[in-house]
Amino acid sequence: MNIKKPLLVIVLLLVVLVLVPWLIHVSGRWDFYYTLTSVALLSIASAGVWLTFYIGRINIGQGAYTLIGGYASAILVTKLGMNFWLTLPLAGLICALISIVIGLPILRLRGVYFAMVTLVLTEVARLTALALPITNGAKGIVNIPMPTELSFFGITIIPDFGTLENPKLAFYIASVIMMVLCYAALYRIVNSRLGHLCRSLQQNEELSASIGVNTAYLRVLAYSISSFMGGIAGASFVSISQSVYPSSFQVVDSVNFMLNCFLGGLGFVLGPMLGTLVLYFGWDLLFTLGKYQLLIYSSMLILLMVWLPNGLLSLKLFNRGAKKK
Amino acid sequence: MTAILEVDKLTRRFGGLVAVNNISFDVKQGEILSVIGPNGAGKSTLFKLISSFLSTSAGEVRFKGEKVSDLSPHVVARKGIVRTFQETTIFRSMTTRENIIIAHHLRSKASMAGYFWGSAQARRDEATFAKSADEIIQFLDMQGIADELASNLPQGNLRALGIAIGLATDPEILLLDEPFAGMNHDETMQMVDLVRSVQRERGVTVMLVEHDMPAVMKISDRIVVINFGEKIAEGTPAEIRSNDKVIEAYLGSEDDAIGI
Repeated sequence: MNIKKPLLVIVLLLVVLVLVPWLIHVSGRWDFYYTLTSVALLSIASAGVWLTFYIGRINIGQGAYTLIGGYASAILVTKLGMNFWLTLPLAGLICALISIVIGLPILRLRGVYFAMVTLVLTEVARLTALALPITNGAKGIVNIPMPTELSFFGITIIPDFGTLENPKLAFYIASVIMMVLCYAALYRIVNSRLGHLCRSLQQNEELSASIGVNTAYLRVLAYSISSFMGGIAGASFVSISQSVYPSSFQVVDSVNFMLNCFLGGLGFVLGPMLGTLVLYFGWDLLFTLGKYQLLIYSSMLILLMVWLPNGLLSLKLFNRGAKKK
Repeated sequence: MTAILEVDKLTRRFGGLVAVNNISFDVKQGEILSVIGPNGAGKSTLFKLISSFLSTSAGEVRFKGEKVSDLSPHVVARKGIVRTFQETTIFRSMTTRENIIIAHHLRSKASMAGYFWGSAQARRDEATFAKSADEIIQFLDMQGIADELASNLPQGNLRALGIAIGLATDPEILLLDEPFAGMNHDETMQMVDLVRSVQRERGVTVMLVEHDMPAVMKISDRIVVINFGEKIAEGTPAEIRSNDKVIEAYLGSEDDAIGI
């Protein structure tokens, strides 16, 4: 098992950093870079939602944090002229801070009540973006410059995306590396005592408290990590599209983040990643069906959930080697 | 024997209802004390007040002279007062061993970041917990079900698991909520022996709330009887058996329930 894990990461990195670009190069489908970048970023936001599921909370509010993260980065870049790569962690931290303030009261709620409040959060974030002067209302923030060079002591670590021949590839690589880092962190959380404590929360909060777990603190911690992931995903999206509007992330996106987790499997760290990939491509592939796209798409979702309530990763196909998690 | 826990004029109101009314008693170091009373007498409320799952309306609880009421449940647990629940309250999708290991959390010294990075302290903690969990499994004779999912366990084992979870926290006082409910006579007697051995061999002070009178009479060093939120009697099982107020409180329900 010890040899398998790093091997798996290396294989994954090889696939996403070598095989995929090569395939795209050969086939000439350059548009796939944008699609796959989106999948990588969406799956980071979904990973956050997955973590809140892991402490037993249904989170339909990740869209709020992706929007906040997007605006935070956009404002810092355009108004203060900060380097995008600096605003990226800052956007995550701002989201984490906001989520602590919001989470302290609302994480006391459970089940459908928490879900409803988070659903409203996305809408509140959108309306706030419409109302505030700094977010420039419905016109949004446009013409956001490309990420500039990041260098330490004269050594270039990340080149200026604006001067690159193929910024799409650069965005793709940056997103994929971020995705791998986020999932590695998530894997580490789940497989350390932290994860066991989260599971104890999910299964029985009262018992958790009586064995000495500071449940309020742990809930807020998990929620802020979740929002951090939402924030960096949002910031990256905004940087790629070079614009952000109040409607950039809506309730639909929040619901999709949650669906990605459901579809991939709530019991598996890689669940939200697979879920995002399948949902995103599934939607695109059904494009040829025209007006029936949504009908067939949603019917398939319902069938999948009935057939595989524990997600795609619960299929025997994936579970052969990995019975003990 | 000195008092380890002092319940002092404890009162809790829910709106107009006084669930616990001015109750005072001491729990002595190393004893088994049962709280009995008819349904709705306020026993569970009393337990929740002691473990800080509820806040008090008046009065206080002192543990070794220090006030422990009106804190957070996890703070009280960290001081050494640990409450176990009825059988449904375990971590259902963990195995027996995982349940016991996670319950060692009270004793962990590593920080949250330490767990994440796998610091030396975190690894030391895990090793200690695993070893201690094995000891508890041995002590409670649970080797056969150690790797079984808790949701697959029968009632008797679940109850024992509840106690194992309590033991893992290394408590000074263990609060048991109806440990014999829904058990037949043999299972009850096994459980009585188990609780007795927890008290004798591990030096844990035990407080329990229970309906099963024969078991209470057999297991308790002392008994506190409450009715309508008030304490009506306190004493050894023999004293309680012959107490007029107790007989009156139980009269009309089942006379033989208290073994008269």
